[in-house]
Amino acid sequence: MARKIIPIGPYHPLQEEPEFFKLHVEGETVVDIDIDIGYNHRLIEKISESKSYDQATFLVERICGICSTSHPFAYVNAIDDLLAKDPPERALYIRTVIGELERIHSHLLWLGLAGHFLGYNTVWMWAWKYRESVLDIFECVAGNRQNYAMMKPGGVRRDMSKEDFPWIKKTLQGLLSKFDMFKGAIMDDPVIRARTEGVGVLTKDDVKTYCVVGPTARASGVAIDVRKDDPYAAYDKVKWNVVTQEKGDVFSKTVVRVLELYESVSIITQCLDKMPDGPIDAAIKDMPVGEGIGRHEAPRGEVAHYIMSDGTNTPSRHKIRAPSFMNIASNKKAVVGQTISDATIILAAVDPCYCCTERVTVVDRGTGKKVMTGQDLVRLSQEKTERMRKT
Amino acid sequence: MKRQEIIENIKVRAGKDILDFQDRSKNRIYFTVSNPALVPLVKYLYNDAGARFITASGVDTRKAIEILYHFSIDETGLIVSLRVILAKPEPETETLTGVMKGAEWIEMEIHEMLGVNFKGHPNLRHLLLKEDWPKGNYPLRRDR
Repeated sequence: MARKIIPIGPYHPLQEEPEFFKLHVEGETVVDIDIDIGYNHRLIEKISESKSYDQATFLVERICGICSTSHPFAYVNAIDDLLAKDPPERALYIRTVIGELERIHSHLLWLGLAGHFLGYNTVWMWAWKYRESVLDIFECVAGNRQNYAMMKPGGVRRDMSKEDFPWIKKTLQGLLSKFDMFKGAIMDDPVIRARTEGVGVLTKDDVKTYCVVGPTARASGVAIDVRKDDPYAAYDKVKWNVVTQEKGDVFSKTVVRVLELYESVSIITQCLDKMPDGPIDAAIKDMPVGEGIGRHEAPRGEVAHYIMSDGTNTPSRHKIRAPSFMNIASNKKAVVGQTISDATIILAAVDPCYCCTERVTVVDRGTGKKVMTGQDLVRLSQEKTERMRKT
Repeated sequence: MKRQEIIENIKVRAGKDILDFQDRSKNRIYFTVSNPALVPLVKYLYNDAGARFITASGVDTRKAIEILYHFSIDETGLIVSLRVILAKPEPETETLTGVMKGAEWIEMEIHEMLGVNFKGHPNLRHLLLKEDWPKGNYPLRRDR
């Protein structure tokens, strides 16, 4: 059978990270995939060497627009490790609250997009509607709905006001019934199950060899979570559970993310209840010569930062590793052997950017003629759901 | 596996190949090892000690290129960093892709950014830079 190539990506205004997948297909089946990244490479690691430790926090906050606090969080953890000194306790609690609020809004954003690709546009609209209330909390706490600028080496940049706590708690409690609704919609819907169960499976062995992290790993029964394994901030001071599923398919990945929403609300509520009074900043004066490694469990998995200091006020080396760097490579395993109409949701299931499918074109290798657009591919996926609904 | 057990096992396995050992804190240990000892140690960490490969950091220290391979023992939260020092101007070392596929991309990145040749890598093309990036021009090198 003739082999055709479907290019997906690399750019779309809605994408959080540009990347370029070339799906090699024979008929309906994906037989190989080439992955190209680097379209948005800004060499931030090099720029960081010219910034002071304080400025670098703002720099790394601009790596990702969706989980904008993940990199600053890992970065300040690396500085804490380098200094071998914990920030004031109140700052640790505030960091935890910010990290978990971000997880809620990021998972809701993913859930909405996943719904859209499966042809459930109501899920999309609702998930994004309820995400707004989390962004409102951010606006109240940080003054910004994105890029909160809360992290700071040695503490946090802004304090949280006790007067806001009842409202924040009430808003989050209000979200729980909405999460119940999403959980019901996903768990009980036979069509969603048919579209996602057994699709794009990553086994435990795949997770190990591709060094996959975050919800993508936890959906395959690998219970890794930096918050539990190497506790930082206030994660060891509150009670919560690592959510895992066993099957490693798209369904499991969805379930992990939905159940994590509940854990995040619980963590934030406990943090607000337990938050001690006191200073929020350790006011670091000098940086010693040395090395530090900081990790944070971002919504997509472990973010790792490595800092090498020569004692000046700028890092002499700043290595950054985002979770998608490990997770996207695993698509090679998950997508091969699946059908084109399932490819969009499988590529999406590791939670990279996938609005790029808007830019998809199917090109006939022989003639170079475009035979399908990106919208066609989304339509293919949505039509498959529609067919299943009817039968 | 316990932290002390891992330290002892690495010391027994690598012996004289350990050039330096730093016990930084409860959850961070750093070994500097000679180049031939790297792959056997990585195999030990990955296969026997249950370690997960986090990433590798390539550093140009002007005198040489250093690569730090960071491994996480998720059971205990320990990070083991193995450092190898590669001589300029043409640094090279064995690839780790034979041990785990997760090393493929980061080796491509270090190859294009610092000019390290990873012997045995299945696909040492450019990952982040354009394919027509000038040859021999490495953005993170400090020697020019």
